[in-house]
Formats: sequence, C-alpha cells, structure tokens
Amino acid sequence: MIVERPKDLLVKKILAHGFMLIFLALILFPFFMVLSISFREGNFSVGSIIPENPTLEHWYLAFGLDYTRADGTVVEPPYPVMLWMWNSIKIGLIAGLGVLAIATISAYAFSRIRIKGKGAMLDGLFLIQMFPTTLALVAIYAIFDALGEVSPILGLNSHTALVLIYLAGVTLHIWTIKGYFDSIDTALDKAAAIDGATPWQTFRFIFLPLAVPIMSVVFVLAFIGFINDYPIASVLIRSEDKMTLAVGSRLYLNEFQYLWGDFAAAAILSGLPITVVFLIAQRYLVSGLSDGAVKG
Amino acid sequence: MTIAADIPVAEGSPLPRLITVAAVSIALLFGSFFLYQIAQPIYGVIMLALATGFAIIFGANRFYGARFIFPGVAAVLIFIAFPVVYTIYIGFTNYSSFNLLTYDRAVEVLTSRGSVDPDTEQPFAVARDGDQFRIWLPDSGLLSDPVSLDDVAEATLSPANPPADLLERRDAIQLRSGLQALTLTTPDGTIIQNASLRTFGTFTPDYVRTGPNTLTRFDGAKLVADHETGFFVDEAGQNVPPGWRVGIGWDNFERIFTSEGIRGPMVSIFIWTFVFAIASVVLTFALGLTLAVILQWPHLRFKAVYRILLILPYAVPAFISILVFKGLFNQNFGEINLILEALFGVRPNWFTDGNLARVMVLIVNTWLGYPYMMLLAMGFLQAVPEDHKKAAALEGASALRVFFTITLPQIIPPFLPLLIASFAFNFNNMVLIFLLTRGLPDIPGTVIPAGETDILASFTYRLAFDNAGQQFGLAGAITLLIFLVVAAISYANFVAIRRAAQKRSGRVSA
Repeated sequence: MIVERPKDLLVKKILAHGFMLIFLALILFPFFMVLSISFREGNFSVGSIIPENPTLEHWYLAFGLDYTRADGTVVEPPYPVMLWMWNSIKIGLIAGLGVLAIATISAYAFSRIRIKGKGAMLDGLFLIQMFPTTLALVAIYAIFDALGEVSPILGLNSHTALVLIYLAGVTLHIWTIKGYFDSIDTALDKAAAIDGATPWQTFRFIFLPLAVPIMSVVFVLAFIGFINDYPIASVLIRSEDKMTLAVGSRLYLNEFQYLWGDFAAAAILSGLPITVVFLIAQRYLVSGLSDGAVKG
Repeated sequence: MTIAADIPVAEGSPLPRLITVAAVSIALLFGSFFLYQIAQPIYGVIMLALATGFAIIFGANRFYGARFIFPGVAAVLIFIAFPVVYTIYIGFTNYSSFNLLTYDRAVEVLTSRGSVDPDTEQPFAVARDGDQFRIWLPDSGLLSDPVSLDDVAEATLSPANPPADLLERRDAIQLRSGLQALTLTTPDGTIIQNASLRTFGTFTPDYVRTGPNTLTRFDGAKLVADHETGFFVDEAGQNVPPGWRVGIGWDNFERIFTSEGIRGPMVSIFIWTFVFAIASVVLTFALGLTLAVILQWPHLRFKAVYRILLILPYAVPAFISILVFKGLFNQNFGEINLILEALFGVRPNWFTDGNLARVMVLIVNTWLGYPYMMLLAMGFLQAVPEDHKKAAALEGASALRVFFTITLPQIIPPFLPLLIASFAFNFNNMVLIFLLTRGLPDIPGTVIPAGETDILASFTYRLAFDNAGQQFGLAGAITLLIFLVVAAISYANFVAIRRAAQKRSGRVSA
C-alpha cells in the first residue's frame, strides 16, 4: 500500500472503528431489545433495557411449560411452539434430503453425461427457477384442494403436500452442485470409464464421495430455505397443530392478542439454532451462489 | 469431456430392473386411472405422462443418460411449470368463492337442499346388531335393515317388535354423520331422512334435476344452467348460488384495465412494486459495498468480529426478524416510538401513514438484505488487482476517485446478474410485506383489498386468500401480468450471465 502519514492513519482508524461501532449498535439494537423483552414482565414493552423484575415466565411458556406466578395464578402456553418447531424441522429435513438427492443426481448428469438437448434443458431450468413458487400459489391451492379428494394425505393441511411442493426448489441447487462437478478433473471419470465403470458407478463411487462438502452446504441451505418459507406453508396449512414455525409465529402479534413478551422468548428459542447453523454454513454459501451463477 | 452414454453398458441381467420398472409404471397407471375416475382428468393425464415417461426412460437402454435427470426434470415440470400454466388458466376463469365448485358438485349441493315436513317427524333410536346398526322408529313400530353407518346408505323399514339392545342417546349422537347420510324407505314407499338429533322425517328437496341443464324448484319454477356465467338462472333472471367454475375469456383482464376501482390501485401498486424492488437493491448494494470496502481496509483490526456481527441480520430467520420489527415499530408500545418520543418528542404513525409505512418497509428490507450484498462485495473486491489502485493513487487520485473509476467499474459486471436476481427476489418479496404490514394501510376508495405497501405478489395473495371473496380468477389474471415482468427480468439476467461468462472465458483465452 501507499505510504500514509501516521497521524492521518490514526484519525482514519478512529473514524472507521467509530463508524463501525455506531452502525453495529443500530443494527444489533433489535436483538438486544428482544432479549430484554423476553425476560420482562407482562406482554407490553414499557420498561428499561435491563428488566427491573426479570422473570422466566415467557421462557417457561416458550418451552411449553405452565408457569406459576408469584400470586399463584397459573399461565398456560398460548401456542405449541415446540410442536411447530418439530413440524418445521421434520418438513425441512425430509424436503431437504429429497431436494439433495434429486439435485445431486441431476447435477452429475448435466455435468458429465451426454444427453440430447442438455443445453436447452439447462437454459430452461435457469429461466424457470426465476419464477418463485409463491407466484403460483393460487394454482397450488387449487391442485392440493383437488388432490385432497383422492386422499387427505395429499390434500390441504397436510405435511406431505408441503414436502412435495418444496421439491420444486431443486433448480438453483442443481446449478450450484453442477458448478462444483464441473470443476472436478475429467481424468477421474476417464480412468473410471477405462476400468469399466458405468456412469452410475462413476457417480456412486467417485463423484458422490467427492461431493460431500458441497452437498452438506446445499442441504443446509435448502433446509433453512424451507424452514423460512412463509407463503406456501400459510396457504397449505390451516390447523394450529400442523403449522410450521414461520406460519405459527405470526399468531403472536395479532391485534386482538398482542403477546410481545411470549413472542420474544419463542423467537430466540426457535431462531437461535437456525442462526448458528447458518453462521457455520455461510462461508460456503456465498462462494457457492456466485460460482454457481457465473460458471454456467 | 462427457462420458459416452451410448457405449453398451455391462450391467448384468436387465430382468430385475425391467420388473421394477413395470411394477412402478403399473402403479402409476393405476393412480392415473383412479384420478380420472374421480373426475380429475387433468391430474390423471399428468400421472399418465409421468408413467409413460418413466417406463420409456427407465425401460429402454438408449435413454440411460436421461435416467439421471428424469426425477429433477419431472419435479420441475410438475411442481413449477404445471402450477404456472394452471395459474394462467385460472386467470381466464371465474374461480372465486361464488364460483368455487365444479358443475356436478354445484348441482349436487342444490339438489341436496330441502326441508323436512314437520308433520312427518317422529323420534328414533339406534339398535346395535353385531357390528352394524338398525334404526328403530317407536311411533310407527318400524325397524330398518342393518346398516354400517359409515357411508352414504339406503335401507328399508319393516314392522317389527322393539329391539332389546338400544343405544344410549349420547352414543347415538356420535353416529350423527352416518345417520345424516342414511335414507330409509317405509313399507308404503315414503322416503324419510334424519331430520334432527332426535327425529326422522319426510324430506322435500328444494330442487329436482329435470334435465342435463335444468332444475325444477319445489314451487314449479324452472332453473336453467348458464354455462357462460356459471350460475343457474331462475325465470326472473336471478342467479341462484352456488355457482360453478367456467371459462370467461378475457373478462378478468378487462376488469383490471377498465374498472376504476381496480385499475387505480393496480397502477399505484405496480409503481410501488418497482420503486420498492429498485430501492431495496440500491440501498442494500450501497450499504453492503460501503461496509465491504471498510472491512477490506488493511489497517482495520477486529475484522473477523465485525464481519460476523455484521452478517447476523442475514443469519437470523427472516420471518423472526420481520416480526420483531413489527413489534418494535408498533405505534403505541413499540420501542422505536418510545425512544423517538423520549429524544425528539415525535411518534410517527408507522402503520397508518402510507408514506411512513413505505419508509419502514424499506428500512427493514435494507437491514435484512445488506449482509448478502456485503458478503458478495467482499468476494468481488478481492478480485480487483491491487496494482491498478496503486497506480492511480501514485498519480495523485483521491481514495474516492480510485474507488469510483477503478474499483466500481471492475466489480459491476460480475455483480450484475446477482443484482438482477436480487431485484427479482424483492419484486416478489411477499414474506416481508406480509409479515410486516400485510399491505396496510389500505388505499381509500377501492373495490378490492389493496394497500399502500402492497406489492403485486402480496396483492394477489390477499385477493385470493384473504377474506375478500377468494377471487382466484382475478388473482390468476394479475399473476399472469407478474409472470410477464418476471419473464423479462429472467431473460435479462440470462443475458447478463452469458455476457459475464463470455468475458471471463475471453479473458482466459486472451
């Protein structure tokens, strides 16, 4: 770097750190508030940042336990947060694994196997993935409404329907994994072919083990994406015991029953695990996204 | 290089595979037939196509390669392409809460309506007969044949002695749904049905089907099915609900473009959608890039800590942070207004003032979106050669000038596809609008629910799924308009990526 005068440098450093700290204080303000509210008495947010009479009431309720107040009244949990969490995790895991299986196999084929019309298909996939499933909600509703007549398992208010529709989210992941496969040396599959391996065997014994890192990233991404989905789940799921976290959380803050404190505890409880998983995966995420998009 | 898939593959005997393929295909074919039978021919055809595709691709050796992509392509076609096409189709129908059913179902609903003649009502009791039940009518001394009471059923009554094993009233009430689906015929041929929890009686239907397209009302009036509007019309020209779904051509689009109550809010929502999407991209990009540049500064310490704290908003699930903001911005007891009042004595109406609501939406979206841009920018900034910047700095260019003339032009081209994708994402960013404002405050003077912060996607969602008459048809028509915009964006992105890729390969070969 160019030689800078030490005095200027110091001023610049102070400015940079000062800006960062003020900015961070602004950005992180919501997190501090939520943490504070979750320990505060009652469901209204009047009070100081450090609660005067900290209480674990909201946390008991978030874990689905009854809470007995000092005056002897028993408060029951307003909503089954743990059940919602389990629903979200279950759906996320199943759909995530499904997407991973389909995406990996398709990506291998698109990267290495000669198929007629492959280029056109890839272009088509790319164009189609720009259409978010949320835009076709009306049709999705109508489709599952009709399929419900075949069997309630496939109809509205069923987790199977949700998993099925989430499988449509494979397109972006096909691109990401294909980008990774494209970067693997072709000498490997040539050697395998010479040894008489079928394309399936090449995939199973050479590509699959190599793809474990990218597959775990794609799985985490897909999983978080499904847990975060609100529109599709809100259209398909109606009853409270079938809801996912994203759909259920909204119930806390409606005009008639404003449970700010209970929401804060439930939000931290359910948001923390996902946040940690995401922070671990984010390094790979960005490189995957930009690579996958540009390497086409 | 690609593996030549047409090389004959030694795989052992193909018999087990063929048997599996045949079994799966037959199962799919059976499903298709079943769907067709229950009057879902569209899904039947899709299932049939799936079965055929599966049989051909997994049965014939020459499609070995296609087997790998069959599941992915099938999922995309069935769960994205088909719903998109189907949505467009719905846009050309009158599908709504008024025209919800199929024609046959609408006829069924109308003919099942009726009233019980109070003079014929008589009490009943249920008697157990093994696994089944008999209905006992004490007033007329009649006992029915055994029925299972778990489906629609008919039974005849015959004179008999009172049965011994009568169910308690409470247990009989639990069989209510079975009882309601039961039709009994007395020895003189009168048909009686369950009239209340305690009685059976003669049931007079309001409508009787007298032709393929006609119903006759109990008072003799004739109703004719109008397949243009999807309603039965009586002699006075009145529609008799419920209606059924029919294609109505371009009517929905005509409504969008000619009805003042729809066109007005549509235009305003359309403009806001673009403003929102563009402003979101610009704000997040500017903020993210600024932060990335500061983080890249070699003299800055604690980079790792800053970085992890700065991406926190991106790591927390969006549905949680949006709801947190909804609470913080609450006008009456939200923390933001408490602080603003303590500091400046103002209490902005974040949710009832249209412009403030839009500002709030943009603030929240910038908070949510800047870390993604920052992460991307950090990656792209590293690719800018350091010596270019040094050369410019030696020539005496200021840091700002170096940034705008050297750095920015180098990172914009690879950034462009991602910016377009971000635009497309925000264009349809329903989760944000929905969880934060639900589109409110409402635009005054509209015939449909339309809010000042509604974007096109949330607007169609409310049309279809909020308590506004479930106007699926109209929502479908508006979705087609959104599709056109998305298709244009999608194509632009496609071209941008092609260019970026060409430039890359051009650079490599040069």
